[in-house]
Amino acid sequence: MSEPFLIGDGMTGGYGKGPDILHDCTIAVNPGEIAVIVGPNGAGKSTAMKAVFGMLNVRSGAVRLGGEDITKLSPQDRVIKGMGFVPQTSNIFTSMTVEENLEMGAFIRTDDISGTMEQVYDLFPILRDKRSQPAGELSGGQRQQVAVGRALMTQPKVLMLDEPTAGVSPIVMDELFDRIIEVARTGLPILMVEQNAKQALEIADKGYVLVQGRNAYTGTGQELLADPEVRKSFLGG
Amino acid sequence: MDFLNAIVALTNFVMIPAVAYGSQLALGALGVTLIYSILRFSNFAHGDTMAFGTMMTILFTWLFQSWGIGFGVLPTALLALPFGILATMALVLVTDRTVYRFYRDQKAKPVVFVMVSLGVMFMMNGLVRFIIGPGDQRFADGERFIIKARAFKEMTGLREGLAIKTTQGITVVTAIVVVALLFWFLNRTRTGKSMRAYSDNEDLALLSGINPERVVMYTWLIVATLATIAGVLYGLDKSFKPFTYFQLLLPIFASAIVGGLGSPQGAIAGGFIIAFSEVTITYAWKKVLRYLMPDNLDPDGLVQLMSTDYKFAVSFAILIIVLLFKPTGLFKGKSV
Amino acid sequence: MTDTMKHSLMFAAVALLILLEGLTDWSFFSGSWNSSLVILNMGLISAIMALGVNLQWGFAGLFNVGIMGFTALGGLAVVLTATPPTPGAWSAGGPGVLMAMVMGALTVISAVAVTRVLPKGRLRSLLVLAILVVGFLIYRALFDPSIEAIEEISPAISGNLGGLGWPVILSWPVGGLLAAGTAWLIGKTALGLRSDYLAIATLGIAEIIIAILKNEDWLSRGVKNVVGLPRPVPYEVDLQNDPAYVEWFASLGMDPVLGSTLYVKLGYAMLFSIVLIALLWMAQMALKSPWGRMMRAIRDNEVAARAMGKNVTKRHLQIFVLGSAICGIAGAMMTTLDGQLTPGTYNPLRFTFLIWVMVIVGGSGNNFGSVLGGFLIWFLWIKVEPMSLELITLLTSGLEEGSFLRGHLMENAAHMRLFTMGLILLLVLRFSPRGLIPEK
Repeated sequence: MSEPFLIGDGMTGGYGKGPDILHDCTIAVNPGEIAVIVGPNGAGKSTAMKAVFGMLNVRSGAVRLGGEDITKLSPQDRVIKGMGFVPQTSNIFTSMTVEENLEMGAFIRTDDISGTMEQVYDLFPILRDKRSQPAGELSGGQRQQVAVGRALMTQPKVLMLDEPTAGVSPIVMDELFDRIIEVARTGLPILMVEQNAKQALEIADKGYVLVQGRNAYTGTGQELLADPEVRKSFLGG
Repeated sequence: MDFLNAIVALTNFVMIPAVAYGSQLALGALGVTLIYSILRFSNFAHGDTMAFGTMMTILFTWLFQSWGIGFGVLPTALLALPFGILATMALVLVTDRTVYRFYRDQKAKPVVFVMVSLGVMFMMNGLVRFIIGPGDQRFADGERFIIKARAFKEMTGLREGLAIKTTQGITVVTAIVVVALLFWFLNRTRTGKSMRAYSDNEDLALLSGINPERVVMYTWLIVATLATIAGVLYGLDKSFKPFTYFQLLLPIFASAIVGGLGSPQGAIAGGFIIAFSEVTITYAWKKVLRYLMPDNLDPDGLVQLMSTDYKFAVSFAILIIVLLFKPTGLFKGKSV
Repeated sequence: MTDTMKHSLMFAAVALLILLEGLTDWSFFSGSWNSSLVILNMGLISAIMALGVNLQWGFAGLFNVGIMGFTALGGLAVVLTATPPTPGAWSAGGPGVLMAMVMGALTVISAVAVTRVLPKGRLRSLLVLAILVVGFLIYRALFDPSIEAIEEISPAISGNLGGLGWPVILSWPVGGLLAAGTAWLIGKTALGLRSDYLAIATLGIAEIIIAILKNEDWLSRGVKNVVGLPRPVPYEVDLQNDPAYVEWFASLGMDPVLGSTLYVKLGYAMLFSIVLIALLWMAQMALKSPWGRMMRAIRDNEVAARAMGKNVTKRHLQIFVLGSAICGIAGAMMTTLDGQLTPGTYNPLRFTFLIWVMVIVGGSGNNFGSVLGGFLIWFLWIKVEPMSLELITLLTSGLEEGSFLRGHLMENAAHMRLFTMGLILLLVLRFSPRGLIPEK
């Protein structure tokens, strides 16, 4: 099997000088795929994603994007390399309008961004209607759409979402997942951390179950959903 | 007729001075509020930055005057202003590089920044006194009045005169232009928007590839411009004295906080609220009331709510009331 | 070298500087024992002020930039306590002023009461406004004629109410009480808000206190100053006329003028030292007590302390009042030393921010550090001027006598002291943020 497009390979590390949270943890995603990281509370799901994005100290192991070793790069440099990241909280500029949020997402680009903005509006039609409203006045689900839209504005080569459905209602969650599938169909690899393991694995091409910072189970979404061990331990039977 | 006289007296002694003073405070408060929203501390050196900018402008004004260059009916200081701004920009950028940047890298607490700004305040204060001396400087030249009180009386036949000083006119016009430019910059340009983004959500701004050092640099440049303009306008309107500028810190802070620290609109509103309150509360209303009251009820005192020396008390009282009832200010400011 | 030794050496070094001031006239030293003792006395007062600020900042992390106000209140206390009452002033306007004060207080109290009792709405706003306006009018109606009556009484020498005529030493604790009362009022409103709001609030109140002292002639004679305040030590002239003292000075090899001035200054130094040592001892006891530990715990993690059920705002109020009281005591001592109250000379750079430099340089959170900082910075404050004059003379020695630049530099050398203080503060904050004697 050839090298995946984005891989965090055997990552071990923790925040600052603190103890290791990840132990030899491997996460990877390929174009057109949705990879989902699930696991119990405190398993290091978000930490694993942050490690891929360069927000913590990876003491051993490596992160490669398109074959290039980016382990030493800062998060900002990774954005320039083509990684789009949507944090779990405070992921929009609340005092700025929806359109300004998208513009700021494209800050590093010097070319014409109107085409990308149209694509985002096509993907999230509600944002087109609310383009000149301050993002802070939108509902929870709409805010998440702004957040994802902002990250898409850089035309990233890979999109990373940290619990995009945290705190939104089940209906909104389903809609968000639909959108995410749509994004993935355009060929953009998506790496996502999810609390709602069952729903997330249903749309996942690849699933990683982490336990205490280690890869516990890995497989396609369907395989994991079918695995009795995984079902028993994490999906409530 | 009496009613008209009263209106004219009110305009002449209260409205016009308050509008001019309010514009000056608003420009000062804008600087404080910008520093607060981008660098996230209350800059105690702001009054002295204003003093430095004004001093440089005065020095250039003297230079131009010695060369025989004037600006016609307008004060020469307006010609010198761009040079004063450039000098102040250089000063604040050097200060940022040598002083503040270190603490930014350390991610120091806001109160440490405030302490550091105390040190900067001392140094700037000393520098200004060292260069130009602690005394009063008047540097307004050109035509003194747009409308003279006597001309107004002859024109209208009223007993009360209305005078508008050139400096008051310049203050208001300049303030409007500067504020319009500032809002255009913040709301329409990429750099301005990146500043707002950085102020709104620092981490996300970083993720979006906004360079914090650039944002900080632009902030200082704008603050230097605002501070110098505010200082020069105040100095033209009244006079320049280093210590007075240091004392302006209180009404300026009051304006920024009353409006909501971190909110530019708030800074402007706050500036005018403070200015109007100071002027109306310390104004002797006898002159206006004389026209409105029946003769036998003529007020015998000055009908002054408070002596002018208590103008600080006015800004302070408003500040306290706002803090008690609406701690984030009238326009929602930041609450760090 | 142990810490204790290092710190003792620092104290010894500062003591040596003050001694050299009296011993030699080399360079910027003046070689005058009088000057040396003046520095010592003001150093003692500065150290007490720094101790008070350190209590607030070092123990509790409260950022008070209104020290000038509390110092000035101490000064007012001297006038109100120690000067003799102005004959006729009390009967002329005293009751009126008191009535006005009571009316003012009643107005505020009833406004607050109405705000508390009535529900929010237009009625309440109107009622509160009406109470305030009517109250203010009554207040002015009572107040204005009374103060006019007071100020009319021999305006050239008094024109104010005068004081109680008590011994001047008593005015020191009174100054502390006055400052404490004001601090309580400020603390009640401003504590619990953000740290920079407290700073602005204290900055404002200090300016207001000075404005009151400058303008309320019936209270403090305003800018006409109160001179000739009573002293806790004898007058030089009396000593010079006392043969016993003259003889004693002669036996020490001093002429009567020098001897008497030194004697008086030493007397002050003794008194001030007693106060400083007593306050230092109390501050040390407080620091080591469970109360002090709790204060520092609150400072280091307010959230955790709150979660543990500590009433943070109340503790802050306590320490804010205590620290301000110390500044008030020091202010009263300073006015006693000056022998006059001159409201026009209070300047926040000198009376507020300089004290901050002392605390930061000395070492915030350490009482001994504050004392050391107080002496050291005061010495520099006095001596930076001659130092920079000397420096400028050296630098401009190439320039011809009477050149404009040289003249200008010499003339403005005095302003270098602000610049230097700022520089010292910045250098300490950058390279030794814990100060000369760090907190243990």
